[in-house]
Amino acid sequence: MAEILFELAGISKSYPGVMALDDVSLRVYRGEVLGLIGENGAGKSTLMRVLGGVIAPSEGVIRIGGTDHARLTVNEATQAGIAFVHQELNLFENLDVAANVFIGRERLVGGPLKLVDDAQMRARVTPLLERLGADFTPDTLVDNLSIAERQLVEIAKALSIDARVIIMDEPTSSLTISETERLLDVIADLKAHGISVIYISHRLGEIMTCADRVVVLRDGRTVGELARDGLSHAAMIRLMIGRDLKALHTPPKRPPQPGGCDIVGLVTSAFPDRQIDLSVRHGEILGLAGLVGAGRTSLARAAFGIDPLLGGEIRIDNAPVDVASPRDAIRQGIYLMPEDRKKSGLVLELPIRENVTLASLLNYARMWLVSSVDERKVAKEQVRRLSIKVASIDTEAVTLSGGNQQKVVLGKWLSMQPRVMFFDEPTRGVDVGAKSEIYALMRELADHGVAIVMISSDMEEVIGVSDRVAVMHEGSVSGVLERPQFSEYNVLQLAIGQALETVEAAAP
Amino acid sequence: MIKKELGLGMLLVVIAAITGAINPAFLSLVNLLNMANLIGLFGVFALGEGLVIITGGIDLSLGSMFALLGVVFIDLLTTYQVPWPFALLAVLLGGLVLGGIQGFLVTRLKMQPFIVTLCGLLIYRGAARYYTSDSTRGFGYGDEAGTLSSIASGNVAGIPNTFILLIILALVLGVLLHRSVYGRWLYAVGKNEEAARFSGINTNLVIATAYIISGGLAGVSTVLFVFYTNSVSPSSFGNFYELYAIAAAVLGGCSLRGGEGSILGIVLGTALLQVLQNLVNILGIPNSLNFAVMGTVILIGVLADQQLQARRRRKVALASVARTTPRSASAQEKSAPPRGAAVVPTRTGDQA
Repeated sequence: MAEILFELAGISKSYPGVMALDDVSLRVYRGEVLGLIGENGAGKSTLMRVLGGVIAPSEGVIRIGGTDHARLTVNEATQAGIAFVHQELNLFENLDVAANVFIGRERLVGGPLKLVDDAQMRARVTPLLERLGADFTPDTLVDNLSIAERQLVEIAKALSIDARVIIMDEPTSSLTISETERLLDVIADLKAHGISVIYISHRLGEIMTCADRVVVLRDGRTVGELARDGLSHAAMIRLMIGRDLKALHTPPKRPPQPGGCDIVGLVTSAFPDRQIDLSVRHGEILGLAGLVGAGRTSLARAAFGIDPLLGGEIRIDNAPVDVASPRDAIRQGIYLMPEDRKKSGLVLELPIRENVTLASLLNYARMWLVSSVDERKVAKEQVRRLSIKVASIDTEAVTLSGGNQQKVVLGKWLSMQPRVMFFDEPTRGVDVGAKSEIYALMRELADHGVAIVMISSDMEEVIGVSDRVAVMHEGSVSGVLERPQFSEYNVLQLAIGQALETVEAAAP
Repeated sequence: MIKKELGLGMLLVVIAAITGAINPAFLSLVNLLNMANLIGLFGVFALGEGLVIITGGIDLSLGSMFALLGVVFIDLLTTYQVPWPFALLAVLLGGLVLGGIQGFLVTRLKMQPFIVTLCGLLIYRGAARYYTSDSTRGFGYGDEAGTLSSIASGNVAGIPNTFILLIILALVLGVLLHRSVYGRWLYAVGKNEEAARFSGINTNLVIATAYIISGGLAGVSTVLFVFYTNSVSPSSFGNFYELYAIAAAVLGGCSLRGGEGSILGIVLGTALLQVLQNLVNILGIPNSLNFAVMGTVILIGVLADQQLQARRRRKVALASVARTTPRSASAQEKSAPPRGAAVVPTRTGDQA
């Protein structure tokens, strides 16, 4: 085969208590498109960060042009011709295209004055843009470009440093179909010029179209490699899943009661052309699975009144409820445990006590004056009930561990009367012990009649904790699975927008 | 929290003691009462400024508001012969309305507080000058508002009424800020508006209320200043006064990033500023150095406070590391063997 551009051999990366990458080896040949797939958290991003010099591997060797490196720095990676096109584009919107391409490497004129030579930079960028088929000029402000066009700017930037391999991480997640096709054309053109592309995507159809070779990661390990002629959806999915899931499921104490929360024809601002229909009954935990960006968080934000509803309605026990603001939602007993607890869940600098009572303070006040006796009682009760490990309720929330912080956010809601609760990635960044405590609390809440929607990207959690699983794909619900149908394969099928092959085949 | 105020209070005492030692006139009753009057005058609107700063905003318009409301007030009393209770009411309402407009622009139209209130500063000043054709307004020889005047510039047992009013307002606002639900919300919004919103707090209303209170207190201050100077020259009345208020609030422990500060701190900050001004006079330091002294003290004060806080934060961080390390180590021991795939996390992205 062709010349090897670089090789990763036996790369491992461990974090305390966590193996993010485990003995991964990878070769990239000149002028190939390498598809890299795996579930959320299989280790793709970590691997690419090792390659880009952002993080150092714990073990293993990176071999470039016959030289072995224990790790790369960002500069070495750039010099070796490794370039990124990021999922969240790293461009300066307030600067023009040429300035972005040459950021940090500005061409200068005027000798000691060190003035920026805009003319030269623009002249150099023009042919790159032509080559990529871009229809904007180098002096366009990036702010005025669409996401697809911004990607071309990133690619132009890669070309301008003579990149030999361009890593694209979910490049099409916010592109339209025609933009996606154009990107695939650009990739074919890059390949024809001898530039390799590492293409990371959940969209197996695109992988099928453009990849010469596919490497599959699972739980930080390479679990298989498919050559061009061996590519199929089924083969890829089979490799992506297939580990033994630890059974965590605690069945509900009693069957779900009638009534609950119905989301009918909901339209969120993230996907204005899609509708969401979803029901969750009192007493059940509904897992909400899907790929990152499928619209799950937008759904929760809209149901909680953070983002406006562009259409549809929310009903509790068949009565439509008004959720124009979080205040309305809270009044209706709809609570949200947000994804980013440090940013949205807690006021970190305030003590636990004030965080617990933040949403319900008026209940512990007379004539708008806070009764510190009542407040302390409630805070203490939540700390005890949730076994939050802390010396005093006056400790600032910032000093707590992730699991305990999450419990404080939970305590804020449990001190009131929940009817419907959305948990957005409830155990992200939470240690194993606190995880199972949070699962137990969710089950306890459900058994008390709360309807629970659990958004999770953790397959083990989705399958282990939920009573039913709804899967979202690109802004709408692509299917709902009952427990007998639960399998990683089925969830993944729905998550990438494929219909279930046969329901029967899914029985465990 | 209270440590900061204690430090400020001690600084105040030390400075007063040193000044008094150098020149005993500083501690004379006349001088002290004069200072108390000035502290009252400058403290009232500093309280409002403090609330706005706790939201993470700023109010630059106060001095110009005094000029505009001041000329209207005098005009109502002299030209239109409006009974003083109505004139007083009109000025207070005017302050509330101007504060309300600024609050609306900041919260609903999402404009930056600095810009909104800077424009307020320019607009109110311009309006005041146009309204009076740039001429000074004052009371005639008539006794238009004798009662109000004697309230505003009088004293009880020698203690200036302005100072008494400041104490009363500080107590009321102290309860509002440190004991009431609104106060709690104000701090939460100032520290983390998003988390406050996610807790169902109407953050826009909380912030706008702070601007309204600040406007209302500006109305009160207008009346006090008018009777202090007995005339209003629209181009200079209240010039830079908002900066005194900001300086007092910052010196008193308010952070311009929001979420920090106390009423006691603001009052002590105001007092310290007035003591410094007085000290410049009493010690015979050239009056032109007035601002420079003030600036230097604020700079050193805020710098010292930041250093102390950083040290405290390091201590807290170290303590929490010491507390969590042994626990997480034992948790790992328990869950590590057997080397099952299930323990390996299914996500890796966010650890990095």
